[in-house]
Formats: sequence, C-alpha cells, structure tokens
Amino acid sequence: MVFIPSTLSRVSACSAIILLVVLLAGCNKTEPESNNKVISHQQILRVNNGLEPQDLDPHITTGIPEYYIQLSLFEGLVSKNPQTLEPVPAVAESWEISDDQTHYVFHIRKNLHWSNGEAITARDVVYSWKRLLMPKLASEYAYMLEAVVNARAFNKGEISDFTSVGIKALDDNTLEVTLNKPVPYFLQLLDHQSTYIVPQNIIESFGKIDDRGTAWTRPENIVSNGPFRLKEWTPNKVIVVERNPAYWDAAAVKLDEIHYYAVDNKQTEERMYRTGQIDMTLDGQILTDKIEVYQQQQPDHIHLTPFLGTYYYLFNTTRPPFDNVLVRRAFSMAIDRDSITKNVVKGGRKPATAFTAPGITGYTPRANIHFDPVMAKQLLAEAGYPDGKGFPAISILYNTHNTHRNVATTLQQMWKEILNVNVTLINQEWKVYLNSRETGDYDIARAGWLADFADPTSFLDMFESGNGNNHTGWSNPEYDHLITLANQTANQTERFELFQQAEQILIDESPVAPIYYEMSANLVNPRVKGIYPNALTYHPFKSVYLSDD
Amino acid sequence: MLKFILFRILQAIPVLLIVITVTFALVHAAPGGPFDSEKKVSPEILKNLNERYNLNAPVYEEYLDYLSSLLQGDLGPSFKYVNRSVTEMILTGLPSTLELGLYAIMIALMIGISAGLLAAVRPNTWIDYVCMSISMLGICLPSFLMGPLLVVVFGIWLEWLPVSGWGDSRWDWVLPSFTLGFAYAAYIARLTRGGMLEILSQDFIRTARAKGLSEARIVLKHALKGGLLPVVTFLGPAFAGLLSGSFIIETIFQIPGIGRLYVQAAFNRDYTMIMGTTIFFSVLIVVFNLLSDIIAATLNPRISYQAKQ
Repeated sequence: MVFIPSTLSRVSACSAIILLVVLLAGCNKTEPESNNKVISHQQILRVNNGLEPQDLDPHITTGIPEYYIQLSLFEGLVSKNPQTLEPVPAVAESWEISDDQTHYVFHIRKNLHWSNGEAITARDVVYSWKRLLMPKLASEYAYMLEAVVNARAFNKGEISDFTSVGIKALDDNTLEVTLNKPVPYFLQLLDHQSTYIVPQNIIESFGKIDDRGTAWTRPENIVSNGPFRLKEWTPNKVIVVERNPAYWDAAAVKLDEIHYYAVDNKQTEERMYRTGQIDMTLDGQILTDKIEVYQQQQPDHIHLTPFLGTYYYLFNTTRPPFDNVLVRRAFSMAIDRDSITKNVVKGGRKPATAFTAPGITGYTPRANIHFDPVMAKQLLAEAGYPDGKGFPAISILYNTHNTHRNVATTLQQMWKEILNVNVTLINQEWKVYLNSRETGDYDIARAGWLADFADPTSFLDMFESGNGNNHTGWSNPEYDHLITLANQTANQTERFELFQQAEQILIDESPVAPIYYEMSANLVNPRVKGIYPNALTYHPFKSVYLSDD
Repeated sequence: MLKFILFRILQAIPVLLIVITVTFALVHAAPGGPFDSEKKVSPEILKNLNERYNLNAPVYEEYLDYLSSLLQGDLGPSFKYVNRSVTEMILTGLPSTLELGLYAIMIALMIGISAGLLAAVRPNTWIDYVCMSISMLGICLPSFLMGPLLVVVFGIWLEWLPVSGWGDSRWDWVLPSFTLGFAYAAYIARLTRGGMLEILSQDFIRTARAKGLSEARIVLKHALKGGLLPVVTFLGPAFAGLLSGSFIIETIFQIPGIGRLYVQAAFNRDYTMIMGTTIFFSVLIVVFNLLSDIIAATLNPRISYQAKQ
C-alpha cells in the first residue's frame, strides 16, 4: 500500500497552479500596437504578402510576393493608372513613338534621384536593361525586352557588344529604344519589375553586373528609386518599407510605412485579419469558404476582382485517346462550368468559355465552348466510343490542393454521368506534378495561367509550336502563322482580329478545356483607401492611405 | 565517462555521413528541380542557372564538391533565397526555434511531471484516471487541431492572446509553446507515472518508510531521482523532436523558425537548404541523445558501470 501524503499532493497541485498563473498572466487584451486607430493615425499599412520573397532584386525574381514589394521600392520608365491600367509617366516624363511603332524616345525626368540622393540619368536605364539581358545573370524575364533590336542575340550570348543592342542614352535625359517589330503593348512591359531601374554603383560595390544573389538588396545596402525605401527585412517574418523622401513624387505618398508579412497559412492569415493584426491581404487567394461568410457578414471587407487568369485542363494530344479532336471536344463539352463555379470553386469566379480571360480592352474572344451534354455524347460516339464503350482507362493529374482535388472529383463525376467513362485521379506534389506535365506523363492535367500584361499574346503565344509552356503536344501551322502575323502587326484592330482567328482554332481543336476565369479575393479593411479593382490586380501603394472616414 | 563520450562522438561521424549521402541521393532522385515553375524557363537561362549552382556537373562530382565545402563549414547558397546562404538562413531561424522549443519543453516538464507525480502517488484513484485521460488526450490531439482550437478560444473569442507572431508582443509565445509542449507533457506524465510507481514499490522505499521518514521526503528525495530516469532518457530525443518537429506550430503561429525552412526547402527543391537543415537537425539529434545518455549515466549507477567496462 502506498501512503498518500497531503504535502506531496499540495506540491504537485502548486506546480499546476504556477503553470496556470503563467498562462493566465499572458492573458491580457491585445497589445496597443495593434489598435486600429493608432495605426490609422501613424499611416502604417500592414499587409500579408503570402510568402517570404526569394530576393528583392527586380531582375532576378519572378514571383508575385516579390513583385508587390518591388512595386513600392522601384519604378520603371512608365507606371500604370491603377483605375484604367493605362500607362502613365514615371521615370520618363514623356515619350514619342514613331509611326511604325518600332522607335521610342523617352524623356527622363530631370532632378530624379536614388534614395541615397544620387542623380538618375538615362545611362542608369541603359545599365539596368543591359544587366537584365546579361546571359550569366540568367534572368528568367529577360524575354521582356526580346523585341528590342539585338536584345535576344545579346541575351543568348551570340553577340557581346551591347552598343549594337537598340538601347541608347542620347544624353542624360534622353533614351532611345529601337524595336525589331512593332509591339503595341511595349509600354506595358516597361512597368514590369524586370525592366525597373537599378543602381549601378551599389550593385557593383557588391559584385559584377551579372552576379546573382549579392548583398546589394540587404536593408543596409539597398538603394532604390520608388515611392518607398527598405527599412527592415526579417526573413520569414516581415519586410518594412518607409516613405522615400528622395522620390520625385514624394508629396503624393501618404503612407509612412508598409509592413509586408510573410504568412503562407491561409487560416492564420484570416485570423490575423479578424483580430486586426493585418489591414489587408494581397495575393487574392483567401479561403473560398470565408468568401461567402464575409460577403454575408462584412461585405465592405472583401474585394472580389476578376483578373487576367484562366484555370483550365490540358489534354495530352500525343497519345490516344486525346490525340483525337472529337474526344477532346467531347470531354470539354461535358464540363458543366456553371455548376463548377457556383458549387465548387465559388468566390464569384466565372465560367471560362475561351482561353483568353476577359479584361483586355478591345479584345473579347469570339470563340467559345460551352456545356452541351448531348453533343458531347454524340462526339464521343463519332470518335468510336458510343456511350463510352471501349474507352481506355484515363486519369486526371493535379497537384496537391483542395480546390484542384474538388474540381477533379467533380469532373470525374460529370464525365462518368455524361460520357460513361471512368477516370482515375492522380494527386502529386507540386514539383513532381510539374515534371509529369512537362514530360507528357499524363492524360489530362489541371493547369492555370496568369497573364504578365494585358494583351492576348500573353495567353495565346503559349500554344505556338515549340513553346516551352505548351505541354499538350498540340501543334497547328495555321495557328502558328496567325500568331506570328499578329505579333508583327502594328494596327491593333487587325492584330486583335488575327488573335480572334487563332483563338477560334485553339477552341475548335481543344488541346485545352478552359474551366473558369480567375478571381482575386482579398480582405481589405474599409479604412484602407486608394485600392482599385483591376484585371491585373495591380495595387501600387503610392496613392494608398488609411482613413477612418 | 570521457571514453564513453569520445566513443559516442566517433560513432556519430559515420551516422552523419550516411545521413548526408542518403539525403543527397534522395534530393537528386526526386522528380522536379529547383528552377521548375508554372512558367517554363528558357533552355539557355536554365543552362546558365544550372552552371551557376554547379548542377551541370555529374552527380558524384557535385557530391564530392559538397562534401569538400562542408568540411570547410560552408553549407552553400540557398537556391530559393538567392541572396542568402544556407548557414545564414539557419542562424536567422535558430533563435526563434530554440526559444519555442525551450518554452515548450518547460511547459511539458511542468505539466508532465506534476500530472505524473499526482497519478503515481494516488494510483487507481480518480486523480490518476483524470491525469492519465488528459495525457491520453494530449497524445491523441494533433497540434494542427490543438493550435487552432486554442487560437479560437484565447485569441479570437476571449481576445486575451495574439493569434500569431513571434517577438512582436510580450505574450505571443504562450499559445505556440503550450500547443507544442502539451503533447510532450502527455508522454512525460505517463513516463513519470510509470517510473515513480516502479520505484515506489522498491525495497529501499519500504525501508525508508520503516525508518519513519516523511512521505514527502521519501518521494521527493529518494524516489524522484530514480522515478524520473525514463523522463531524462526521453528528454534528449524529445527536445530534438521539439525543434525539428515544430513545422506545424511555426506555420500556424507564423514563427520565423527553422521548421518552416526545412519543409519549404523540400517543396522548393532547394537542394542546399534541404541538405543544410537535414545536417543541422541530425547533429542536433545526435547531440541531444548524447546529452541525455550522459545525464542518464550520471543518475543511474548501472549505466555508469557499463560505461566504465
């Protein structure tokens, strides 16, 4: 028998109480720094940027989280009006374009300064673009300037003399750019992060022009020319930028600081928003089930904006059964896109009936493919599989994500009910999935595409023969011809007509089945003013401010 | 004892070498590479990127180069975070992970030992059942459920504690440390109870009681040392486990630690980061196992004797 001492019980109980006290001592109301009114007074905007940026060097990075920070730190020759997406002057105060649209002269602002006070001239633009095109830098976005004379050859290392590239500083304030073909969207490219200007002195004090990953982007070193400058960078936690007094339009900047948090967990993000730890989300991907809750309870807190992105399925056209256009069309027509957008992906997403997403001024695809179960069955029968008889075993490949799984299981069911075919699902980790897609190891695969700029070429170039992003194996000489012709045409109306014809071929032959157009869903506190919905989810913080009104 | 420690350190070298080799092989065998993305990189750019990170060389050369750099203490540059080295990223995340692990183990020990003692001194009573049921709950409740539950109650409903963050507020350590520590508290409680029950039934305890010592003195002075031996043995791997297994907690509570780095590196195919974090955690596990063995040897004369042999 064990004697049970009252003293010992008290000791143990005491330990438990101490622990409880420690825990309860932590239990006070939220700290004053997250008090909304104080923040509002200080004009400090706290946003969730989703992921830790891989770097802040605009010539190296390709991701959206990096872009949002670079948009605050740097500026290119032109910027965009966030309401209309029209190009507006930035580093260049004006420009002239030749009639054949191959010759641009930019007038750089006078009295333009880096954040360290040094002057910015046209030579800085030449240096920056030369750096972007340096082969050893291996910038993934170097193709943004490929329309410039000899830029591609320089980037591929075929020529080494940069003076033969069509980028020249005529004097401190004049820059001349010569293109080898008209590119009607060229000004849009000059607001892409890859064409932002970077400081030569600083870059070369930490390495050569084409060194990747040097320390020049560290808070203690970086010099930039945007409305904000870098103040703090704690990896995986927060990046703080503060107002840049040397910015040419500093008077228009209202925010004192922006805190970019790197919260990749969507539940945590929503909880942080709910408890006032962040003022807004940026990546447009809040939890689908929360969209409806906010729409019902706090509609003024949610910003739903269609943007230039398409969610689609691709068919492997290099092997049966999807080498047959009838089968591809049958599968595409057996997709009830309305049902998917209303019941599965929700969040205001719209059914996609063509590949190019709506939102490009002057271009709405004429081509369309819609849900037609009767026609779908008929096409499958014509292909030799009446009522799905004899149809081989096929699978849908997708990467691990709830939305992808839900869409895949819905389509599996639709194709079973309408076409009477059995489809299995293959779920793979992101990089494995990319590898399977690239090597053509799939029957049907899910995919998504976001445009880099507002032009049909950003969507349709992908399906040219030999394009590295076309994983369907589909190729059509007429399509290639139309795209090449469109990319050489200066007249926008004629150009868009050529894209219309190309897109009609794409939809008719259906190497891909568009499913829905992407929708950006962000939580934005009503105190945050100056955020405008647009098709590129372009939100420069230059004109954003906080107000309780 | 010194011989014992030296022997264990020597033993660790082949273990680490095997870990490095197997990880290196697995990382390179996994489909997909560090520069794969939704938008394809052009072949020329990819060639230059591979050259930059020495990925064009044959794998065995890459492996030997890596080993040689490692011997010089260089874990290489991160493929993903291009302007940072792996060592820098690990050192940046280490304080948060260590702090979290330390708080969690303290909480685990306080709850675990208290509950285990209570249960052991009153075995087969309602106190014992309650303590052991709670500890079973701690073992069964995964941290990805426990964490959000605590957040909803203390962070959102009661608004007592911050829902995420680390080092921003005086109290943001409480919820993550408690969530991480609770599961370990459950194991410690069960180990303490088992160890104490075994010791309390020994002859020397009966002798102590016969000599008229107070029960508190018997339990705290004579039984506790031996009773906690299983806990001590458990502590080394537990602490290493706390540090390497804090990924979920770091994600839920947005803590900039190494756990997140470790898992994200695998998803990103950040080869050098995967290698670096794996080596770091392997060393950590080896060191903590060694420490717990040394402490156990100090507390248990039988282990000390075997070591002397």
